[in-house]
Amino acid sequence: MANKPILLDYWPSMFGMRARVALREKGVDFEYREEDFSNKSALLLQSNPVHKKIPVLVHNGKPVCESLNVVQYVDEAWPDKNPFFPSDPYGRSQARFWADFVDKKFTEAQVKIWMKKGEEQEAGKKEFIEALKILESELGDKPYFGGDSFGYVDISLITFYSWFQAYEKFGNISIEAESPKLVAWGKRCMEKESVSKSLPESEKIVGYVAEFRKNNLGSE
Amino acid sequence: MASGEVKLIGAWASPFVMRPRVALNLKSVPYEFLQETFGSKSELLLKSNPVHKKIPVLLHADKPVCESNIIVEYIDETWSSSGPSLLPSLPYDRAMARFWAAYIDEKWFVALRNFLKAEGEEEKKAVIAEFEEGNALLEKAFIDCSKGKPFFNGDHIGYLDISLGSFLAWLRVTELAASYKLLDEAKTPSLCKWADHFCNDPAVKPVMPETAKLAEFAKKIFAKPQA
Repeated sequence: MANKPILLDYWPSMFGMRARVALREKGVDFEYREEDFSNKSALLLQSNPVHKKIPVLVHNGKPVCESLNVVQYVDEAWPDKNPFFPSDPYGRSQARFWADFVDKKFTEAQVKIWMKKGEEQEAGKKEFIEALKILESELGDKPYFGGDSFGYVDISLITFYSWFQAYEKFGNISIEAESPKLVAWGKRCMEKESVSKSLPESEKIVGYVAEFRKNNLGSE
Repeated sequence: MASGEVKLIGAWASPFVMRPRVALNLKSVPYEFLQETFGSKSELLLKSNPVHKKIPVLLHADKPVCESNIIVEYIDETWSSSGPSLLPSLPYDRAMARFWAAYIDEKWFVALRNFLKAEGEEEKKAVIAEFEEGNALLEKAFIDCSKGKPFFNGDHIGYLDISLGSFLAWLRVTELAASYKLLDEAKTPSLCKWADHFCNDPAVKPVMPETAKLAEFAKKIFAKPQA
């Protein structure tokens, strides 16, 4: 008999959040387990021996690792509700391309804003704004990146929305000024229960980053 | 829709370009190969991939698809009725194939590239250790995925075979340059057998760069004078 899927996760992780959103979009009842990185669980080390990272979805005793893999797996394992991809191969390839862009260019840029200071942070800011504008242009006037329905690219990006306040505070930027459509899109996605239940409050993320910067950079 | 002209913007030496070429061959899809000149980027490339400006780019009825692994999935889905499936059918097996393909690009290939950059005994030892650790993981992954068959994908070459196999020519060139056996039958016997099967496949042979030609090309591009 199949048990409830288990999600090994970490509350501020935008990667972990993707898995949460995906599972909730499909109406899957899952068990959420918080990992302590100073003391990684046996299940985590056993399920993801290669990277030892979250999120890991353990389903029917088998682990799926890497957040976008988890999202695709959830889509394929529960195909009957809320498909994350369009049915045509070209649309699917574009969705994969943009999720990959978020995973590479956007992710690399945002990390410099909250984890670094000085020149490195400045460089990160430039890359981040550039990435925001590219995404803003791709979104255009569509309600979602997926068109009329919330999909794979939306899931890959929306989780960073919970970090926007932190980027603005520590990076000294206005995301609304740089990409107003993206901010409107973020608010629209937050109206979905699958999203609002899966993302922590922005203030909590700001506190998390403040703590990190105090401990690692010696200042905010 | 499988109709429409197919063009591929690429270069003979690029392992990433080799991936869609193998996939198109496996699906018996004819295409026009538009070779980029090393050191410059054509107007068509810049127009078709404005975000990354990189090869390969597949143009199907003039619509661009970018990023090698994404192109391979696109080819598999578009010409699904031609030739065997490039990805496994079960969601878990597909997740495994995608996981290892990402590992290969983000960790294994990076370790391979570091081989040529390593200087001094200490650094070389570290690079060798990292690379061999990766190989051991891939050997196990192969045994798990192949389930006794010749390829990661089973009886036929698939997505994961293509993702790793496309690096074999560069692996051989690195072996020559470093005078070190990177794929050792004693350490990774299954991977070595798999590499043989892969290289001898009719879909692969015509697009796998010759080691000698690639070695000469490598000498040229890595011997650029410091600016």
